[in-house]
Amino acid sequence: MSRIAQLARRRAILGVVLAVLLVVAVLTSAVVGQFAVSPAEVVGSLLRAVGIPTSWAPDDPTTEAALWVIRFPRIVMALAVGTALAVAGAVMQAVFGNPLAEPGVVGVSAGAALGAAFAIVTGLLAYGEWTIAVLAFAGGLGATLLVYGVSRANGRTEVVTLLLTGIAVNAFGGAGLAFLLFVAGSSSREQIVFWQLGSLSGSLWREALLVLVIAVAGTIAAVALARRYDILALGERNARHLGIDVERLRLWSIVLVALLTGAAVAFVGIIAFVGLVVPHLMRMIIGPAHRSLLISSAVGGALLIVVADLLARTVVAGAELPIGLLTSLVGGPFFFALLWRQRRASGGWA
Amino acid sequence: MSGIRAEGVSIELGGRRVVDDVHLEVPPGELLALVGPNGAGKSTLLTALSGEKVPATGSVLLDGRAIGSFDALELARTRSVLTQDNAVSFPFRVIEVVEMGRSPWARTPGREGDADAITRALARTDVEHLVERRFTELSGGERARVSLARVLAQETAIVLLDEPTAALDLRHQEDVLRIARELAAAGRAVVVVLHDLSLAGAYADRIALLEQGRIRALGAPVEVLTQELVAEVYGLDVEVLVRDGRPLVIPRRATA
Repeated sequence: MSRIAQLARRRAILGVVLAVLLVVAVLTSAVVGQFAVSPAEVVGSLLRAVGIPTSWAPDDPTTEAALWVIRFPRIVMALAVGTALAVAGAVMQAVFGNPLAEPGVVGVSAGAALGAAFAIVTGLLAYGEWTIAVLAFAGGLGATLLVYGVSRANGRTEVVTLLLTGIAVNAFGGAGLAFLLFVAGSSSREQIVFWQLGSLSGSLWREALLVLVIAVAGTIAAVALARRYDILALGERNARHLGIDVERLRLWSIVLVALLTGAAVAFVGIIAFVGLVVPHLMRMIIGPAHRSLLISSAVGGALLIVVADLLARTVVAGAELPIGLLTSLVGGPFFFALLWRQRRASGGWA
Repeated sequence: MSGIRAEGVSIELGGRRVVDDVHLEVPPGELLALVGPNGAGKSTLLTALSGEKVPATGSVLLDGRAIGSFDALELARTRSVLTQDNAVSFPFRVIEVVEMGRSPWARTPGREGDADAITRALARTDVEHLVERRFTELSGGERARVSLARVLAQETAIVLLDEPTAALDLRHQEDVLRIARELAAAGRAVVVVLHDLSLAGAYADRIALLEQGRIRALGAPVEVLTQELVAEVYGLDVEVLVRDGRPLVIPRRATA
């Protein structure tokens, strides 16, 4: 079998595997927790919600409440955040022409977190959830534009400049965040830890749905641009010669990255490395063509965050780990390996 | 007139005039070589002919129409460009890279020619055996040929090649110029930037010799590549042999 046909088969297999794993992960996540619920009850409750009565549906209102008030919104939030972060990562890598670009690594998440924290601290939150999302978007947009403006030369991004810019933006964003929380006085160390390492604890329906809408719309927009991202891999000049309006593509993509990252960070804080690890794994399995890469990253990101959140709340009995701690624990070494490989491939740090 | 026409084109980079008042006409069916010393403005002139840079003065016409009036896609269906930057950011397969050359024809009747155009381009550039390899794993010469295949797959009436032979061995250099000749014979207007004067002399219909942004000489190879002119423009003592009406330029080397 030719390698091209092999790739097509791999894409199909990957799609099925991801879908099955996602369903299993979501069900497990709904079942496991301090309050025991059986898988049958979860399915029964879901079926009842869509108007199909079954004998499985739980009679106990406490079970209903545990599922619908606490676990389901949290799972929806996990799905939405994972999708948003993974797609934002893949889009960023396409536009920067560099597999190491990622919202957390280069400081877009920090910018978004700063914006979100500003909304909360200054009391703008009183006007509604969307103020957080809007300011997170603004913060993320500022950071993306900054990184993009600084780290590019001749239509491509050098690794060193990209990462150094990321360090600076992350440091500034992190310090700004800590300062805001400190000045507000409201701020315990937990607040800072929450923003820097993220947590899905206490997710509300209206927040989760807002993030979900943005994640789905953003993914659709990114997939619509997929063919253009493929051609952009030839470099800006070559893409332009093939009829791509590079400036417009770039502008929309930066807005898209800021929007997705802002939505992901606004309510759950910074969860780093998702946008790096997921697209990279997918690229290894099915190749770099962006249509399938973006779709599989969207699903893979959702899967990763659902599983990571499940671990975050079950690994240590009676306590919750920050979810970003887990993703960074895996993502850090992964990032290092990637960096190492790229250095070897290019014969230097350029 | 169809083909390319440059009328008094000047380009400034950082306040310096890199291309100065160039008049040039390449009709369909002609292969024109742009030669000249480093920094003479060959590649910069090509960016004006491709529509990438807007000249400070003068104008460029493609098929008799001002290049500025084309939109990006129209332009991509009219002229193709091989640049010197042939890196690909992600490990795409060779076949995927060549397919990208067809993208300007998506959603047009031209897309029906996709498969043929790709097969022809792969065969011409001698990269059929590479189609399933990752572009990022290829050698410099293989990358150059695959990039040329991508440009050929675009199948445009005007073809601009910027130093297409730079990374190639002797045989593949000849292959590339032979391909350029065939394109011209098939009615395309072809412009090639070259450093190798003998190669330019052997294949081009006409040669434009650039010196400090100006066209110093323009005409048939034997008229342009004369001993006196080359020696003067390049600042190097050369001997020009004429074989079968084609000039061969050989530097005179001091014998030790």
